[in-house]
Amino acid sequence: MASTTPIDTPPAPPAPPEQAERPRSTGRAGDKIFLALSRGSGILLLAIMASIAVFLTYRAVIAISKNEGNFLTTFDWNPAGNPPVFGIAVLLFGTVVSSIIAMVIAVPVAVGIALFISHYAPRKLAAPIAYVVDLLAAVPSIVYGIWGALVLVPYLEGLNLWLDQFFGWTYIFDKTEVGVARSLFTVGVLLAIMILPIVTSVSREVFLQVPKMNEEAALALGATRWEVIRLSVLPFGRSGIISASMLGLGRALGETMAVATVLSPSFIISLHVLNPGGGTFAQNIAAKFGEADEFGRDALIASGLVLFVLTLLVNGAARLIIARRKEYSGANA
Amino acid sequence: MKLQRKNRLRATALGALAVSGALVLTACGSDDNTGGGDTPGNSGKTTAASSIDCGKAKGQLRASGSSAQKNAMDLWVKNYMAACSGVEINYNSSSSGEGIVAFNQGTVGFAGSDSALKPEEVAESKKSCKTGQGINLPMVGGPVAIGYHLEGVDKLTLDAPTLAKIFDTKIKKWNDPAIAKLNEGVDLPDKAIQAFHRSEDSGTTQNLGKYLGAAAPKEWKYEAEKKWPAPGGQAASNSSGIAAQVKQVDGAIGYFELSYAKSQGISTVAIDNGGSAPAEATSENASKAIAAAKVVGTGKDLALELDYATKADGAYPLVLVTYEVVCDTGNKPETLDTVKSFLSYAASDDGQKILTEAGYAPIPAEINAKVRETINGLS
Repeated sequence: MASTTPIDTPPAPPAPPEQAERPRSTGRAGDKIFLALSRGSGILLLAIMASIAVFLTYRAVIAISKNEGNFLTTFDWNPAGNPPVFGIAVLLFGTVVSSIIAMVIAVPVAVGIALFISHYAPRKLAAPIAYVVDLLAAVPSIVYGIWGALVLVPYLEGLNLWLDQFFGWTYIFDKTEVGVARSLFTVGVLLAIMILPIVTSVSREVFLQVPKMNEEAALALGATRWEVIRLSVLPFGRSGIISASMLGLGRALGETMAVATVLSPSFIISLHVLNPGGGTFAQNIAAKFGEADEFGRDALIASGLVLFVLTLLVNGAARLIIARRKEYSGANA
Repeated sequence: MKLQRKNRLRATALGALAVSGALVLTACGSDDNTGGGDTPGNSGKTTAASSIDCGKAKGQLRASGSSAQKNAMDLWVKNYMAACSGVEINYNSSSSGEGIVAFNQGTVGFAGSDSALKPEEVAESKKSCKTGQGINLPMVGGPVAIGYHLEGVDKLTLDAPTLAKIFDTKIKKWNDPAIAKLNEGVDLPDKAIQAFHRSEDSGTTQNLGKYLGAAAPKEWKYEAEKKWPAPGGQAASNSSGIAAQVKQVDGAIGYFELSYAKSQGISTVAIDNGGSAPAEATSENASKAIAAAKVVGTGKDLALELDYATKADGAYPLVLVTYEVVCDTGNKPETLDTVKSFLSYAASDDGQKILTEAGYAPIPAEINAKVRETINGLS
């Protein structure tokens, strides 16, 4: 722990502007101790984060420097091979594609559920429904994985055939390989279910924050309930929906056990999302960590860093979008 | 690293536990179990228990590795723990690759592996074995069953070239002429073949690769590695994962130790090795192939070489020998006695005999004798 003595605290990082207006301290001992403690914990947190980042980067650099393949474009993961060859192309592709599928399915459904709970459902029903949706978040991901492997995969066979038959012309839904539905599409469906509660609950909170004045004004103008939602609720809640979706996307990107249990991993990139095969960062780390030697683990850490950067980009984009809209958003969830 | 410190802590804790345990548990000798029935869960297997010498075994022993020997381990551990109270053995069945990594990190007393240690793995093992190095003890053999699931077909014969093409996804349909030629009079459906392989590093995969490479070199051009080499097909983790997929999916084919096929009721392929008749996957037929095994390890290492291209009548050529990996010297003092006692039981006549019922094949007697000798000399 950081030292608790109030004397000569290490030089603090430059204080943010609004701190300059506050009185530094009343000079009482309690204040000084509290200041030192809080500053110490802040610095400690930063130090821990920095050391983790340095450690991960260091290990990743070791791995990448010994990699005989191109880290970004190789379609293989064989750090134990001779020569060691591994690349993240397939993992990046699989992670992004499965997350996009999850978002396309989950966000409209979640917004619908949130609207139903906040504006349509009778009061008596709204609370239990909200509660049940939140319960979805309490299911451990391995349970989702087992349920996905035993129930969802056989269940989606029929849907796959149907999609293949009627939407095969889209190329995406053209199933060219035989195999059960242990595909990126199935993973996307499973992830959609898993991120539903977080997107729903954040959107719901935002919809409940809509100023009553706006809604009543719309009603006074003779708008129907749907028009009220379209004119006042959705515009007000847009940034909230975006930040809720980004929270969900962050989950989808990093989901590990459920994906590892459902997907049939292989190092192929194919836009035919119904074909079995593919992989995601987290799934690959979970599957390979147990049998990886020192160097193999370094390689996995390198792939984890890429996922870290990807998640940062997503969160950064979400913050930018929200920052552009000054009014209240549900981003503080 | 932090992990090692944790292990050292855990090791000292275990050591302390073992010492105090030894004070509490006075002599857990063989006279303990003559009474029989005083241990709960001793389900009429007292015959096996009678030959178990608990020696100075005590405390907890953790092991991990090959899923091909999981069913054998389950039997051994059950009988051993029924006979030796106060000993707890946990075999974590994952994969050979994982077992060897755990062994080289020093987190397990021994590892199970379906492939002998590679030279670089032996070099790595010198760290955790302080004074010695890792050695392979062939403990049990078995046929690698090619399990399949095809509605309406309960007898199927294949040969090495056909198997190679199936697992390389070159043959895509069950009614392919190559399969039909080997199965005269069988009505093969026009279904897609779904070939399943292991998603993690597996000794079973390596044995399959060695067999296909030896018996069908033209059709199977891949290196025999623990990692699945071919581009096509679908993957599942662990033998149990493959068995579950084969059981679930109509048109599936996969490979796993025979005991999985037996316990799950999965049909297995008979292999035409070029002899007079196709050989079914049975313990007996596997023993014929394993009988030709030669020891290629040096010193205390008893790594075997199998003849995968055997044409002997009735020999089922697709076999694996699964090893226990231990240190020749420098085993951890707190688990050494338990390892010796437990492995002695596994290599004993009784330990080998109960395996045939589960679909394994015992190791040939002369090799088994060397294994027992080596176990006695572990330190």
